[in-house]
Amino acid sequence: MSSIPYILEERPDTGLNNSRLGIWIFIASEIMLFGGLFSAYVFLRFAAPEGDFDYWGSKLNVPMATFNTLMLITSSVTMIMSWASLRMKQFDKYKMYLGLTILCGLGFLVVKYIEYTSKFHHGIFPSSSTFMGIYFTLTGLHVLHILGGLLVLIYFWSPVGKRMYDEDPNLLANRIEVTGLYWHFVDLVWIFLFPILYLL
Amino acid sequence: MSNKTDITVEEHLEIQHHVKTYINVFVALIVLTFITVAVSYLEVSFIEAFFLAVMIASVKGSLVLGFFMHLITEKQAIIWILVSTLIAFMILMFLPLVSMIDHTNTW
Repeated sequence: MSSIPYILEERPDTGLNNSRLGIWIFIASEIMLFGGLFSAYVFLRFAAPEGDFDYWGSKLNVPMATFNTLMLITSSVTMIMSWASLRMKQFDKYKMYLGLTILCGLGFLVVKYIEYTSKFHHGIFPSSSTFMGIYFTLTGLHVLHILGGLLVLIYFWSPVGKRMYDEDPNLLANRIEVTGLYWHFVDLVWIFLFPILYLL
Repeated sequence: MSNKTDITVEEHLEIQHHVKTYINVFVALIVLTFITVAVSYLEVSFIEAFFLAVMIASVKGSLVLGFFMHLITEKQAIIWILVSTLIAFMILMFLPLVSMIDHTNTW
């Protein structure tokens, strides 16, 4: 059992455990972080010369981004399935689903790496245009979020997860629930990034 | 240890019911992704394309928030945190528009 109070049990004043309240406050700050950049995108788009964003936007690879969207959506469902498996006390299924989530996350990064390097090979950099500047900023920040999430997922997939499960299955389920909330948020950001950057 | 790993039949059935919902949401998200791509090929103005894309993305986002992040059954404290964040987010999104109206007749 965790020695930190209100990790599993609910606080009487908020009706929530601190882990869930904490991650939602963090997600709120993340909404504002990405919100500032989305706002910058709108500002830059309307301030750009006619057709400039269309021209540079057409250089992006839509099939690859669609594939990545499907990959992140799949990772979101496998993430929640790993949590549901833990709640049903099925540790092996939990490991399998969490492993699939990690694979999808890694797959996303590989596709993004191919996309970025292909741009660099064609002499396209963040400094090439306003569109490319905001494209690399938004997607780069998103990639950093995927990387951070993957580190946490790998940590819980490692033997640490098994030890925590043996000590208290509910504690691991709580950790996975909170990690899952963050991971779904990263998926949510991509759901908006994909049409705005690649399709408009 | 034994009581920690036990689960009642009712709990098991309840979670399995949720799992079915997750699968349905997953299918809906996949279909909506293809709709997003298909809609981008429509011959419409930028403003129309923008609102269509944001509308579909909002439906997808609501599904993720509501079902994967369990917002539909979440406590009031979290709902209020998100409502205040949404208000601040909308202010951020409207700032560029104020600038546009001030300088040009883009809109």
